[in-house]
Amino acid sequence: MLTFDLKRRSEPIVSPVAKSALLACSIITAFLIGGVLIEILGASPILGYRALLAGAFGSIGGFIDVIVKATPLLLTGLGTAVAFGSGQFNIGSEGQIYMGALVAAWVDLTFQGLPKPILLGLAILGGATGGAAWALIPAALKAFRGVNELIPSLMSNYVAILIIRYLVNGPMQQPDSYMPQTALVPARLPLLSPAPYRLHAGFVLALCMTAAVYILMRRTSLGFGFRAVGASPAAAKYGGVRIRQTVLLVMIISGGLSGLAGANELLGFHYRLIEGFSAGYGFTGILVALLGRLNPVGVAAASFLFSSLSVGANNMQRILKIPSSIAGIIQSIVVLLVLGTQVLLEYRPSVSFSPTRRTVD
Amino acid sequence: MWQQVLTQAFIVGLFSATIRVACPIMMAALGEVYSERAGVINVGLEGQMLAGALAGFLGSYYLKNFWLGMLCGALAGGTLALFLAFMCISLGANQIVIGVATSIMSTGLTTFVYQALFGVTSVAPTLGLMPGVHLPFLSDIPYLGPILFQQKPFVYLAMFLVPAMYLLLYKTTVGLQIRAVGEHPLAADTMGVNVNRTRYLCVLAAGLAAGLGGAMLSIGHTRSFMPGMSAGRGWIALAIVVVGGWNPLKILAASVFFGMTDSLQLSLQALGLQVPSTLLVGLPYVLTILLVAIAGAKARAPEAIGTPYMKQ
Amino acid sequence: MTTMLLMKNITKRFPGVLANDRVSLDVREGEIHALVGENGAGKTTLMNVLYGLYQPDDGQIFVRGREVRICSPRDAISLGIGMIHQHFMLVPAFTVAENVALGLKSSKGIVLEMDSIRRRIEQLSAQYGLSMDSQAQVWQLPVGVQQQAEILKALIRGAEILILDEPTGVLPPQEILRLFATLRSFAAQGFSIIFISHKLKEVMEIGDRITVLRQGRVISTIKATDASVEELARMMVGRDVNFAPQRKKPVLGDAVLRLSNLTVFDDRGVEALKDFSLEMYKGEILGVAGVQGSGQTELAEVLAGLRRCRSGHILLGNRDLTNAAPHTVIEAGLAYVPEDRKRVGTIGTFSVAENSILKSHTRAPFAGKLLLRRRSIAEHARCLVQEYDIRTHGIDVEARTLSGGNLQKLILAREVSRSASVLVAMQPTRGLDIQATEFTHRKLLELRDSGMAVLLISADLDEVLALSGRVAVLYEGRLMDVLPAELANKQSVGLLMAGIGGRRDGGTIEAEEKGHSHLGSTHLRRGAGD
Repeated sequence: MLTFDLKRRSEPIVSPVAKSALLACSIITAFLIGGVLIEILGASPILGYRALLAGAFGSIGGFIDVIVKATPLLLTGLGTAVAFGSGQFNIGSEGQIYMGALVAAWVDLTFQGLPKPILLGLAILGGATGGAAWALIPAALKAFRGVNELIPSLMSNYVAILIIRYLVNGPMQQPDSYMPQTALVPARLPLLSPAPYRLHAGFVLALCMTAAVYILMRRTSLGFGFRAVGASPAAAKYGGVRIRQTVLLVMIISGGLSGLAGANELLGFHYRLIEGFSAGYGFTGILVALLGRLNPVGVAAASFLFSSLSVGANNMQRILKIPSSIAGIIQSIVVLLVLGTQVLLEYRPSVSFSPTRRTVD
Repeated sequence: MWQQVLTQAFIVGLFSATIRVACPIMMAALGEVYSERAGVINVGLEGQMLAGALAGFLGSYYLKNFWLGMLCGALAGGTLALFLAFMCISLGANQIVIGVATSIMSTGLTTFVYQALFGVTSVAPTLGLMPGVHLPFLSDIPYLGPILFQQKPFVYLAMFLVPAMYLLLYKTTVGLQIRAVGEHPLAADTMGVNVNRTRYLCVLAAGLAAGLGGAMLSIGHTRSFMPGMSAGRGWIALAIVVVGGWNPLKILAASVFFGMTDSLQLSLQALGLQVPSTLLVGLPYVLTILLVAIAGAKARAPEAIGTPYMKQ
Repeated sequence: MTTMLLMKNITKRFPGVLANDRVSLDVREGEIHALVGENGAGKTTLMNVLYGLYQPDDGQIFVRGREVRICSPRDAISLGIGMIHQHFMLVPAFTVAENVALGLKSSKGIVLEMDSIRRRIEQLSAQYGLSMDSQAQVWQLPVGVQQQAEILKALIRGAEILILDEPTGVLPPQEILRLFATLRSFAAQGFSIIFISHKLKEVMEIGDRITVLRQGRVISTIKATDASVEELARMMVGRDVNFAPQRKKPVLGDAVLRLSNLTVFDDRGVEALKDFSLEMYKGEILGVAGVQGSGQTELAEVLAGLRRCRSGHILLGNRDLTNAAPHTVIEAGLAYVPEDRKRVGTIGTFSVAENSILKSHTRAPFAGKLLLRRRSIAEHARCLVQEYDIRTHGIDVEARTLSGGNLQKLILAREVSRSASVLVAMQPTRGLDIQATEFTHRKLLELRDSGMAVLLISADLDEVLALSGRVAVLYEGRLMDVLPAELANKQSVGLLMAGIGGRRDGGTIEAEEKGHSHLGSTHLRRGAGD
């Protein structure tokens, strides 16, 4: 009978060339699969991908759109990367985005009297705090009661979305309106580009956070401890790393980054809190973190790639009537392929045909 | 108002809806018990349920047959589960990460297929009403009769599966092997049990069950499909497995409990109570967190869960 | 006597090592055939091939004269081969009956026949003189009974060839005698038994014939009556082995570690250490002997801050470390070399350099207020690698590329370099080759001479006896006694390990100064020839 087996290599493959080749193959395969889907719909894959490229890179507006959409992905990706890299499965980034945006909106609307720069700073801080506080729910449950963070963080997404829904349809709703949104916020992130383009300073904020996360995880003793817990909790505990402290801190940082993503969208793009404003940035952020191999630079590249896909897919939909949700499919497949082929670095696949075995008894 | 609550009609209506609404989650949870007992945590449950909802809807719609639709739903969930099984069992990838990724993929895939078939902005057509089946004699019992025995046929299927899966797990050689694989795969291997094949079959079972549950949702409950309609129920099923201590009977109880919170909104609205719908919709999620917080700390998962089994 | 089993020219390769090199073994009906060799000689590999867990790269297997292919344990079981593993293949959460039932074909299709299995267990237990409560959950059973359950599993499947892999490691001397009696009765009834061990005295006592493996090759197969311990040892190791222990009279300094009345529970909620009290002094190696599961692991963990004690005190110098967190214990100057090198002692995916500063990664000179000082770390790592001759492709490679011996050196180097006053070493030479073992022993003696207090916890009685100035013996969580070196030998320690004799007043046991003999305890006089 046919058996598929994995044999451990005598030495794992570590060359960057090999790893990049695997990555490239995964991306290409995902696009091929996407092409098949386009074909099934009766459109031409070549035209489809041309529209995709045109949408993302064919114009300045498109390119700026890519950057603007990459920003929240980068932030949630960083947040997820910090968490996963420290062994905490924080899947609550979607909810943390919303809570971040909520607190930022509340601060911005409530303290309108303050000078704009200060108000802006407070709103950004509020956003980070909102996300961090929301992440404390699964964090505290894990740190103090030993409850696995998977389900609490997942559930808190839905709760956050519903809280926002309730607030923007009720107490925080824009006066004299039936739309599920708040009033416009006064303090906003400055624009970096001339009108009509909307490149805002949030992008710079995100890049700063990328550098900060890199330094934290790779260059500080705190990050050393975080990564130790992620690599081997037993060894970390043996090595004197304070596990409870790590769990709490990591989730706070992770939630804070996602909260910043929410604040970023509010203060830089929408200028008001809208129900359902996050187009899956939380979950896509998880994919971005995985594709970037939990490395800040990789996360940045991955967020850029995914954002181009989204923007380009919108163009595909406009021109060729191909549903833009194809972007999500390609994104997931890329990540799954990358994850699946990871094993090839350490194990050699072998297919063998062995004679049928003797049966027992 | 209380007079209204205590009428037979209201109670029967509430519990009848509870049972019907509990079935999808219960199916997913029952299947997941097998997967986790064998040592694989199938976080793709949500995506499998969603895929089952779409496939069930499409199957019923195009094949004009509810049962074929249910079958399509189960198969869709099973296919996704096999993919997860391959990644996690044969390739040894991290089970949680793959599960989340496949759930996200399923969301995108189902949305895409739905939009491709019905357009991006329009609403899907509605299916006909699946007729209920009244079991003779049993359905005449006061209270219990209408609640339990005047249900749609898939409810009876679910009711049958609970004791069946319990017996299979605890009273058969197959069940013993599954439990051994989840506790001490090496020992099971030395006793001649094929660890990875057992895990594959259990993950497949979870996927089929979740897909079937999703089909129950779209065919039997909403009679239509909406992108993302599973709304986290697959993940609540994961929690129910933990809260129910990996035991099919306790999971039945937990599922019924959740079914009640799910159907509460409909029932209270029928009473004319103006409870903010958002609050009621959020109740299952908040309850899940609470229940997991209470039960999760003391829960004892199968020893070998989460670790791939690689032979020398 | 007919030949039951013949393994001919078996060859098995693993990445980087030839585990079995054209090994041939024949076992006769009614024979107890011993297979000896050092750790890593290939004994377990050969048996795993026989049991179908590994596939040989070359060679043939004949059972009762017919050539067979054994592709899985199922095949082995169907051929009448039963294996009692060193680490039991029992599901702890299952009952004995459930463990026995696992994988057994039921006459009622897929329905479990627990009643019939219960009866068969009782029947077989009576027949072979084993005592078994089939309804007990395995995790609650003492180790000797668990081993009997393993044997039952093989018997119920009709095994006629029994493989026992290092069966005596977990048994006190008394139970070993009982096991030997059982094995002899099996042999008399026609069973063929393969007895794997690295303990030469035992092998000479129980075996009819002995096959010696060294580095994957068969050196010789001889009759037990024709063999001597020295000759076996020479064949096993390849050179003459000195059996004389290298003990020096300890010169003890001040008390440095004081444990009083410690009560510690294990993961199952069972009392693992009962009212344990001990004192350690500067400049000594205190060995802790005991059958596996006597509380050694819990002792090491509670000292390192990895486990809480229910009551009692730990005093290091004048610092109270009772229930302190690991980082506090580390700062106080207690070093710990854990048993599990790969999972606990090091982080496999971290580099050698990063591993070299584990435990010190928050302090100078390796870190400032916030940032790590990469240059200091690299210097430190290079220094350790050189001083301890750690074979590695550089300090930036992942630690998991290191061999077991080099990993152990890395851990030892790291722990020692932190200038601790007490070192707890748990099974420090487990799985290491001769060279690495000798290196470790030398280092421990050096540390002792420099004034450190070393707590050596090891299941290798020879190692404990060879290095320790005093030997503490644990039995079922209780400290039986602390013997000075000149009174500690296999016999005296063995009795204590089995729970016989010892002091039971639970008070602190003082060590003697300058080698005066110990008064008031009940151990035997040293016998001849040990």
